[in-house]
Amino acid sequence: MTSSGPRTLVSVFDPASLGAVFRQESGRCVATLVRIFGDIDIAEEAVQEALIIATEKWPEIGVPPNPGAWITTTAKHRAIDRLRRESSRDDRHAQAALIHQRDEPPGPVGPVKDDRLRLIFTCCHPSLATNVQVALTLRLLGGLQTDEIARAFLVPEPTMAQRVVRAKNKIRANKIPYRVPDDHELPDRLSAVLTVVYLIFNEGYTASIGDDLVRDDLCDEAIRLARLLVELMPDEPEAVGLLALLVLTASRRTARVTPDGSIVVLRDQDRAMWDGSLIDEGQTLVRACIRRNRPGPFQIQAAINAVHSFAPTAADTDWAQVLTLYDQLLALSPTPIVALNRAVALVVVDGADVALAALDGPVFDIAALDGYHLYHATRADLLARLGRNADAAEAYAHAATLTDNAAEREFLESRRDSLG
Amino acid sequence: MSQYLLCVHGNEEIYSAVSSEDQQKMFADVGTFNEDIIAAGVFVFGGGLELASTATVVDASSGETILTDGPYLETKEHIGGFWIIDVADLDAALAWAAKGSAACQGKVEVRPFQPNE
Repeated sequence: MTSSGPRTLVSVFDPASLGAVFRQESGRCVATLVRIFGDIDIAEEAVQEALIIATEKWPEIGVPPNPGAWITTTAKHRAIDRLRRESSRDDRHAQAALIHQRDEPPGPVGPVKDDRLRLIFTCCHPSLATNVQVALTLRLLGGLQTDEIARAFLVPEPTMAQRVVRAKNKIRANKIPYRVPDDHELPDRLSAVLTVVYLIFNEGYTASIGDDLVRDDLCDEAIRLARLLVELMPDEPEAVGLLALLVLTASRRTARVTPDGSIVVLRDQDRAMWDGSLIDEGQTLVRACIRRNRPGPFQIQAAINAVHSFAPTAADTDWAQVLTLYDQLLALSPTPIVALNRAVALVVVDGADVALAALDGPVFDIAALDGYHLYHATRADLLARLGRNADAAEAYAHAATLTDNAAEREFLESRRDSLG
Repeated sequence: MSQYLLCVHGNEEIYSAVSSEDQQKMFADVGTFNEDIIAAGVFVFGGGLELASTATVVDASSGETILTDGPYLETKEHIGGFWIIDVADLDAALAWAAKGSAACQGKVEVRPFQPNE
């Protein structure tokens, strides 16, 4: 991180900004120390200690010009001191540290960048369950504390702590490698990483449980991680596509809920409330993806969102374009969820009867979607458009029983009630 | 280098219902896999086991030795065989496990050994 501000910034100490600096720097410091010491716990503890020392020292000496380098160096010394002191804690770690230090390639920029990338791939290793990948990524790269992650996912803190400890043990016992995967395995492994970031965003955007529809901190964290992925892998169009998808979705964040917390669907949203700068950023990223012409699921979903963002009113939406994109998406990832979303475009282009036929048609694996509230909500909407109000009301009612989100449930129940 | 146990789990009823042609192919594939891991220098030990019904459970944990006829767990899935391999990391172990699983047509559980220290 280079500071573009004046040199006086170095000596100014702002306690309020410390948290932000720590959060910003913690991921890269932990990543570097994991490489040096080959152990996540040693890295985390040392960085934690260095942050405490920073809290004590920075008020006297001012925030150093390169806070990340300061924290990393301090943490490294702390870890080495500690390993020498506690010889019981495996000499091999101390030896490994010294060996690694000798081998450390010169030039801080390259390796530091690669460290975080390595750490992401370790956190999202396919031998770890998805919810474990999410927790580790938030903790090690996002710099979130376990209690924060537990709160964000509405899991009791001991449960989350146990999840993290088990994961770290599994990584250590199994020697899950700390490296960027080889080219031949990169597509699958990258897709797991992107999925984790997407899940973090989604959890924030539509909290699956609880009363707050949007948990902004998770959305912001996911966008920060997506930016990091693009920074680390600028040549991976799907990483760019993910970032575009997230910023375009986030641009509608405030328009999506009313002040009293109920949901506003896309076609009813006040488009003046959409965040213009996020839309600009997303559209620019989508254009860059299109120029590269290596489409993937995240890029296409981003493009669909970009089409929506271009329409000044819902009626102006280029639904034919949206449908074309969904056709492409369905070809790339033929999942029931994609087919479900495609039906929403199909209804405008070809009519509710065609969309309903597609929904109830053989392409659908109903069993896979039967427990999914949006499947029943979409069917309900189509049935209502066809004037089959009794069937529609029943489908809305069923959908409402399938979501744990209070705002979504209220929305679905109000739809049912409006059918009389 | 680290040692990993690649443990084959399967349903013996399903295994024994396999046609003899398929069984021959499986034996051949496992033979090839064994040759491959030996040639790659990662093979430590391994082998196929007799049916779970041939097992005897020994329990001397309470001081007295008690023998029980049959497998430890009453379940349809039993360990059919295993390999121990010595490789650099989990990714290498998982790659071999995928080949072993394809060869023996069964699920393979991969577990690291505790380090010898």
